[in-house]
Amino acid sequence: MVPTTYYLILSAILFALGVIGVLVRRNVLIIFMSVEMMLNAVNLTFAALSKHFLSLNGQVFMLMAMVVAAAEVAVGLAIVMTVVRHRDTTNIEDVNLLKG
Amino acid sequence: MFLFIVFALIAIVAGLGVILSRKPVYSALFLLVNFATLAALYIMLQAQFLAAVQIIVYAGAIVVLILFVIMLIGGGELRDIRDPNKTLLRRLTAPRVTGAVLALLLLAAIGYGLITGTLNSASGSAAAFNNGSVQAIASVLYTDYVLPFELASVLLLVGMIGAVVLAKNE
Repeated sequence: MVPTTYYLILSAILFALGVIGVLVRRNVLIIFMSVEMMLNAVNLTFAALSKHFLSLNGQVFMLMAMVVAAAEVAVGLAIVMTVVRHRDTTNIEDVNLLKG
Repeated sequence: MFLFIVFALIAIVAGLGVILSRKPVYSALFLLVNFATLAALYIMLQAQFLAAVQIIVYAGAIVVLILFVIMLIGGGELRDIRDPNKTLLRRLTAPRVTGAVLALLLLAAIGYGLITGTLNSASGSAAAFNNGSVQAIASVLYTDYVLPFELASVLLLVGMIGAVVLAKNE
């Protein structure tokens, strides 16, 4: 029987890895994958606490998070494709149209 | 416990692989490993239905979609690391160090809270949880959460239309 805290700590580590990926990498696709990893880390938290509290609400929330992640991936990758078509780059430092 | 440690280590190593790989293709494949180990952890947490959804939606759809885009835009070479001659130390610029330190501070704060805090005991009943069976999830999803369920379908429709509009050639 694994204590719930261990799952939460694993989830925190994966979330921190995702934050590092978003802040450190400059390739927009890798930033995208890091965001997906963070969403999954939060889902693991939901699953662990759902088991801990013997309540199914957490698992329903996981399902909703997965729906949002799927929609986000579809729109986000379409935006990446559009940016690549116009600017021919996946480096976010070259995409600074809104920079003052 | 043994299984948890094995899967946790694989998940962390795959996560490191995602953020450290030079080529986006390798990152996507590491991401696939990460999702698969998380699905195994969901099964250990009696979320069998979500484990299946995880494999189908994340591994089957999202990673394949990301790989399609990488193939389309030719993500082989990375302009991420501009000068390959630079050593690892030279690439540690101020924004990168700041980002990494901020993320580690976040991890330290969460970890401190988790280790020193205490979790309340279970509030639900084991009968309602029913080992996380699909029937139990369905009864919750189609009674208490029927409105969010319908709204999720609207969200997916909006996402699909948005993707089509954005990806359409002028």
